[in-house]
Amino acid sequence: MAKARGLVAVNVEECKGCRLCVEACPVDVLHLTNTFNTHGYSPAEYDGEGCTGCGICYYACPEPGAITVYKNWAEAQEAYICQTKKVPSRLTVIDSVKGLAQCEACGQEVILSNFSNLSFAE
Amino acid sequence: MSVKILGKSAAFYDTYERRPGSNQEQTHYCPGCGHGILHKLIAEALLDYGVAENSVFISPVGCSVFAYYYFNAGNIQAAHGRAPAVATGVKRALPESIVISYQGDGDLAAIGGNEILHAANRGEAMTVFFVNNAIYGMTGGQMAPTTLIGQKTTTTPYGRTLQNEGYPIRMAEIISNLESPVYVERVMMADTRSINAARKAVRKGIKNQIEKKGFSFIEVLSTCPTGWKMSAPQSQEWIKTTLSENFPLGVYKDVADQVEPLNLEQNLATPARVPKLLGLDQDNMSFDDSEMKLAANIDQEIKISGFGGQGVLSLGIWLSEIGMRENLEVSWIPSYGPEMRGGTANCHVKLSNRSIGSPLVTHPTILVAMNRPSLEKFEEDVVEGGAIIWDSTLIDVEPARKDIVNIPVPATQIAKEIGNTRISNVVLLGVLSGFSDFLDPMVVQRVLPLIFKKKHLLEINLKAFQKGLELGKEINN
Ligand SMILES: Cc1ncc(C[n+]2csc(CCOP(=O)(O)OP(=O)(O)O)c2C)c(N)n1
Ligand code: SF4
Ligand code: SF4
Ligand code: SF4
Repeated sequence: MAKARGLVAVNVEECKGCRLCVEACPVDVLHLTNTFNTHGYSPAEYDGEGCTGCGICYYACPEPGAITVYKNWAEAQEAYICQTKKVPSRLTVIDSVKGLAQCEACGQEVILSNFSNLSFAE
Repeated sequence: MSVKILGKSAAFYDTYERRPGSNQEQTHYCPGCGHGILHKLIAEALLDYGVAENSVFISPVGCSVFAYYYFNAGNIQAAHGRAPAVATGVKRALPESIVISYQGDGDLAAIGGNEILHAANRGEAMTVFFVNNAIYGMTGGQMAPTTLIGQKTTTTPYGRTLQNEGYPIRMAEIISNLESPVYVERVMMADTRSINAARKAVRKGIKNQIEKKGFSFIEVLSTCPTGWKMSAPQSQEWIKTTLSENFPLGVYKDVADQVEPLNLEQNLATPARVPKLLGLDQDNMSFDDSEMKLAANIDQEIKISGFGGQGVLSLGIWLSEIGMRENLEVSWIPSYGPEMRGGTANCHVKLSNRSIGSPLVTHPTILVAMNRPSLEKFEEDVVEGGAIIWDSTLIDVEPARKDIVNIPVPATQIAKEIGNTRISNVVLLGVLSGFSDFLDPMVVQRVLPLIFKKKHLLEINLKAFQKGLELGKEINN
């Protein structure tokens, strides 16, 4: 069994529900939902566990920002820098399916698919 | 150790503000369209090689016509099939930039078949991404040159047949048969492995250009779920089972390691070289001793119109020759019918001390009308307060407009008196110089000998100019 060390976060509003990521994931941890996003597509969603961080779904997906993969979540969560206080912090996942975490330093919710606005220690 | 995250590339805009409508967070492509995957591979490579800022992405006509909504790079959208020609221009003018010609199969193999062959044959140092989805996507699924035998499209409702439409064109094979290209590969985007191979090809194509290796061509078999009437996963399956059987994958040519980097600066038109090309270095003219004070803000748009043979185009060229020597920005373009003589001709001249965007003159500040049809045709276009200079020997009507400066000149009559009706254009040049504040008579008199090299010709032309100049000065008084 492949090691679950990654974390995948789908940006629901950028997803078009094409299913390519679902088909591509080698450990089968993505599925399409029955809900709709504001553009009328049924987006993909993470099962919530089992992502290896292989990145295959990222390259399978045609949308530039629909999928974000943290290749090594343990490393990422420890390297997190709080956006409000600008101090080294730590992330705890609060909803792996929706890709939500919490910043230890400020207590605020962090959207993991929004990675370009997050910072991590080098 | 830095955190490894795969996510939206910084070579894409955060939000797609150029995209009209409320949805500026998604691309305009259909769900599962291969264009998006290829965009991501290109964006990643540009960013990884540190050239995103320095890249010019040429979008074609086709579904990827709007690629400029997404790429945070230089963007130009070219006419159908002409991306390689536009890319050629950009690369030659800016050899340090990374130029990408991105084209569909209708664009590249049908309407633009000629352009791509010659760009490849010249070995332009660009990277071409050729999206082969075996169909015209944008216009609703018509047959492309790459459509397979038997494949149903809206224009081959019974399936493509050999007899009616011929064989699908294999562009990678054709391009690889030319001498100049350094790298030609066909890849597909159909599963994890093939997307990874496509990623490598994309990177190689861009790296070749960074290393100045010449023309790289990457053909990408890509899904069009909408045109194929399949789901996205089915489309990928069809690429694997059918499309790639007809378009064999592989490296068709790779000599990038064996060729020397090109010297792209060699033929560059640098500011230092242009005067030499235009012959300006030989005049050795300096106009610091000019008697005339040129206007501070010159922005003249001049249209000269008449019969072919009246020297309409020449007069325009002289104006630009003079302007160049006054250190002005100049442009000149001719417009004439197919007939050599007797037809109507006109030219557009701009003289300005700011850079000129378009050489077209639609609303002239000065109209020089040398026959009646010209006056009648262009009078309406002249700006309010502009001038109309017209040959009153040949034109038997007056301009109707009262909000312009009306300058009738019996140019042909004067030319005839001097000895040759064909120098009426020089008379008009004199008038222009005399009444305007942007054509220094001294400069004109120095330029005329460069134009009329024979002594007797020069003499009568100087005479004609002088006569016009006097008339022009009178208008001003
Ligand atoms: C000069 C000109 N002729 C025809 C068209 C109509 N037209 C728009 S897109 C297109 C075909 C594009 O097909 P392809 O290059 O395969 O791109 P795709 O849409 O499949 O990505 C055509 C014929 C046009 N825009 N301009
Ligand atoms: S990163 Fe790999 S394991 Fe994780 S969801 Fe994507 S494809 Fe599946
Ligand atoms: S591949 Fe991308 S667009 Fe398609 S379903 Fe998955 S996340 Fe959504
Ligand atoms: S029509 Fe085809 S090529 Fe065009 S966006 Fe849709 S899927 Fe892509």
